[in-house]
Amino acid sequence: MKSFNYHAPKDVKDASKLASSSSAFLAGGMTTIPSMKLGLASYKDVIDIKNIKKLSGIKVSGKTVTVGATTKHVEVASSKEVQKAIPALAKLAGNIGDAQVRNRGTIGGSISNNDPSACYPSACMALNAVIHTNKRKIDAEKFFVGMFETALKNGELVEAIEFQIPEKADYQKHPNPASRYAIIGVFVAKHKKDVNVAVTGAKSCVYIDKDLSKKLSSSFSAAAIEGMEVKSSGMNSDMHASAEYRANLVSLYAKKAVEAC
Amino acid sequence: MTKVTLEVNGKKVSKEVPDHTLLSVFLRDNLNLTGTHVGCDTSQCGACVVHVNGKSIKSCSTLATDIDGSKVTTIEGLAKKGKLHPMQEAFKKTHGLQCGFCTPGMVMSAVDLLQTKKNPTESEIREWLEGNICRCTGYQNIVAAVKEAATKM
Repeated sequence: MKSFNYHAPKDVKDASKLASSSSAFLAGGMTTIPSMKLGLASYKDVIDIKNIKKLSGIKVSGKTVTVGATTKHVEVASSKEVQKAIPALAKLAGNIGDAQVRNRGTIGGSISNNDPSACYPSACMALNAVIHTNKRKIDAEKFFVGMFETALKNGELVEAIEFQIPEKADYQKHPNPASRYAIIGVFVAKHKKDVNVAVTGAKSCVYIDKDLSKKLSSSFSAAAIEGMEVKSSGMNSDMHASAEYRANLVSLYAKKAVEAC
Repeated sequence: MTKVTLEVNGKKVSKEVPDHTLLSVFLRDNLNLTGTHVGCDTSQCGACVVHVNGKSIKSCSTLATDIDGSKVTTIEGLAKKGKLHPMQEAFKKTHGLQCGFCTPGMVMSAVDLLQTKKNPTESEIREWLEGNICRCTGYQNIVAAVKEAATKM
């Protein structure tokens, strides 16, 4: 790993001041550090944001659950409040990576990295999340721009993620057997007026399957989407799963998620 | 360079190291605690698992400076006064290892599991050990070891 200067500011303002085009914010480091070790990324300055107290913690209000950026997966998974308000979100967090990754990895890190196979982005999309940064609020659908790409600008830092509490929701993933990332993952959320089916792992970036969402909005049952074909065009194809296989999994796991709601 | 101060296996240590020093490197190269192994180096295999403030983490994906001031327990810190930890004893008794490379990480992960869950089911044990890979395919006896240790801890 190439050398860098490590900083651990105590507030967001200082973190923001340290940021440059050759810096990275560090939270759990579960992606950033392996990427640096593999030589996929190198930075002059690494700005650790874990000492900024206001970035951590979970708040549940009447209609929303707000999770601070440096809140660890294990904390979301074991939070009684999250388990009660959005059990699907706690379940999702409890199945990310492995126990040791969940002890370090954070929600802010996961969504800022926007790995095409990450679990959290699908929850953000399906639960109409609003991403709070140190500069503005961004709707999830505008936040996730492309493969490993978000709407975040240089020096912009995710502070918290505000999820809308749904009537019902569930997340189903088909994990890679070795690394546990989502070969595909489907987050189904039934809100008062409509249903969102968010898919991760299938394409270069998380997306809402509009056809499945529309069908389920008019009739929320597994039978309503039985036999619905999901098109494989634009889907990832690799040694782990072909595009056709992924398309089939999306349809299958959407049904599983609806049944589990 | 940053000064990193840790309590490792009950002993206070302080070293001046480059900022990018990983905890695994700090333990192995600076403290000569080579029981913590580095297998995959991409945070998948779990051979490098140690406890930081009582929780299991992968030391090959953690900066030493990031955990400055923490308490660290490595495999070397489990045995007390020459007596093996019940988990080590169980691995020995059930032959929960073959080549032994993954064993330190397996043991540290398993100890953390039993700290949070006293009597885990077989599937809970297997699920918990997802982050620890054994290439001798010795999982059967590893799971047996954790079950055995659960009756002693």
